[in-house]
Amino acid sequence: MYRYDEFDQQIVNERVAQFRGQVARRLSGELTEDEFKPLRLMNGVYLQLHAYMLRIAIPYGTLSSRQLRMLAHLGRKYDRGYGHFTTRQNLQFNWPALKDMPDLLAELATVEMHAIQTSGNCIRNVTSDQYAGAAKNEIEDPRIVSEIIRQWSTFHPEFSFLPRKFKIAVSGTPDDRAAIRVHDIGIQIVQDAKGNIGYEVYVGGGLGRTPMIGKKLTDFVPKEDLLAYLEAVMRVYNMYGRRDNMYKSRIKILVHEIGAEEMKRQVDAEFAELKKAGTLHLPLEEVARIEAYFRPPAFEDLPNESTELNKAVLADPDFANWVKSNIAEHKVPGYAIVNISLKPIGGVPGDCTSDQMDAVADIAEKYSFDELRVTHEQNLTLAHVRKKDLHAVYEALKKHDLATANINLITDQIACPGLDYCALANARSIPIAQRISERFADIARQHEIGELKINNSGCINACGHHHVGHIGILGVDKKGVEYYQVTLGGAADEKTAIGEIVGPAFTEGEIVDAIEKIVNTYLGIRTEGERFIDTYRRVGIEPFKENLYAAH
Amino acid sequence: MAQHTRKGAQFQAVTANRLADGIVVYLTADAQWSESLQDAAVAEGKEAAEALLAKAAPAVEDNLVVEPYLFEVVREDSGIRAASVRETIRQAGPTVRLDLGKQAELSGVHS
Ligand code: HEM
Ligand code: SF4
Repeated sequence: MYRYDEFDQQIVNERVAQFRGQVARRLSGELTEDEFKPLRLMNGVYLQLHAYMLRIAIPYGTLSSRQLRMLAHLGRKYDRGYGHFTTRQNLQFNWPALKDMPDLLAELATVEMHAIQTSGNCIRNVTSDQYAGAAKNEIEDPRIVSEIIRQWSTFHPEFSFLPRKFKIAVSGTPDDRAAIRVHDIGIQIVQDAKGNIGYEVYVGGGLGRTPMIGKKLTDFVPKEDLLAYLEAVMRVYNMYGRRDNMYKSRIKILVHEIGAEEMKRQVDAEFAELKKAGTLHLPLEEVARIEAYFRPPAFEDLPNESTELNKAVLADPDFANWVKSNIAEHKVPGYAIVNISLKPIGGVPGDCTSDQMDAVADIAEKYSFDELRVTHEQNLTLAHVRKKDLHAVYEALKKHDLATANINLITDQIACPGLDYCALANARSIPIAQRISERFADIARQHEIGELKINNSGCINACGHHHVGHIGILGVDKKGVEYYQVTLGGAADEKTAIGEIVGPAFTEGEIVDAIEKIVNTYLGIRTEGERFIDTYRRVGIEPFKENLYAAH
Repeated sequence: MAQHTRKGAQFQAVTANRLADGIVVYLTADAQWSESLQDAAVAEGKEAAEALLAKAAPAVEDNLVVEPYLFEVVREDSGIRAASVRETIRQAGPTVRLDLGKQAELSGVHS
């Protein structure tokens, strides 16, 4: 893992001290709310419905056990014993008091973490693949470039006041688990015919009010030119991105308005200038220095098959189900990737108690080289577990209600905080996810249905990624009553698609039945081996529409 | 954003968040701030509502609360009730994790 150097630690400490002064001046009245609000937002502090909310960055989703234990401690000491993992691989605390915030951040800084650039019109936390360093077909560990981008973008003076917020995601494998095509910039690590590693760059993706899929601006940026290329994109955006209308200020609107061709032309011109100047040329020694932090851990030489695992699978059907859905293949023989579902049946997607965090930290320390990952689908991942330890890991997780066997199944839903917490919400999203989860609790039925992603957002901002859910649910407000609009056919992977609205919205009382009808329609018309999304792509929206609204 | 109040609302009260900890509070008849909606001053009609909101200004000046605003309430035999889902959730906590916080204390509100 990356470790702060003296300089990193110093700037984070100084920032905490600065914010301590700002909070004191706000509480004493020297600063007005209008003056203070942008300052608190720069430190990840929002005011929500019930209280302040603090958003903590988890760079590219990687945490050490020690860091997770600190988050558990902060949850107990300053909050109500739980936190919420988000689709941007961050952690949100829902109840910390403003007056305690400086102490909280000071404790957080002791484990090399902060909440800087988790809000505001800057480059936000870089997100990446939770299987980094473990995925079978990985071209390069995506955390290396993610860390380089983090260092370049942190406190970058030119990019502190962009037209709007800016989100970057990196994928190191051809199958995209980081949703790179719905980010402002998506980076796909690729290899050319000669074996050189470089980057394919997508620009102008995004969700929210105007969902857009990113356009590929280049097939190959050489390693040493990546920052120059990114800086070129940022410059074009900073110059031409709209500042007059908040709804049109994201880079996706710029790319849409001038077209991908023109965007490419401008970026290429800027890129040529920057290359000539040479200041952003990345020395390969520097890349190697960062790379060293992400060297593979000391894997043992193991046979790929584990008799212990095979025996346990035969003896324990619940464990077998968990292995079937929650385990992914590892690149090293004898190892596996473990996904920990934060979606217990009827639970709150992404919520994790301090006790559970401590438990996961202990398990990661004992079985997975002392580190873990947060996924954009609001789950956790242990990247490197020996197959022969899987049963012990399962048993340990089960004790803390963390062994739900549902990854990629219908109850593994994404949900934003919605109207239960969020000041911008139109409707609740968590309770809808909970009712759907309860309706489809039966594990045999879940496996029968197969891979199906349901994403819930409480308003058009789309923090719950509803546009790219196979089934998307968007909360809307009709004269003070919550309604739910359903989209079908979205996807966030390498075949990214924006879902299509199926018809008029449903009430809270109707929505779960509507989802069940959609699922039953699929089961009725799918062909052998077809997932929900495959069937949808084959037949389109009509059969679903007919069944849904026929009786209305 | 969900609307806070309705144009033709008959009864309204004033709410804000406390500056130091962000907790939801309500303006009382004697210009204090209470955590309980049942202590809120209720204004009838538009003019009375505007007058009530004006009474919140000193607390903003004194850095006690932030962002005060009017919202619609309903008077019932059992007490004051918020008219919208949003304000009911602010009053009685999220409709999830019913084991803690205001959700647990005011357990009748999210029926
Ligand atoms: C609770 C306080 C939150 C506030 C005030 C908030 C606000 C917003 C706003 C205003 C947008 C739209 C921005 C735009 O289109 O320019 C947005 C988008 C987004 N937010 Fe949030 N959000 C919150 C929580 C979250 C949470 C909990 C998550 C993760 C679960 C999240 C992840 C995202 C994502 C992924 C997008 C859409 C991607 C994009 O930027 O286009 N946000 N948020
Ligand atoms: S989608 Fe809307 S309701 Fe949900 S967290 Fe984002 S801003 Fe809040």
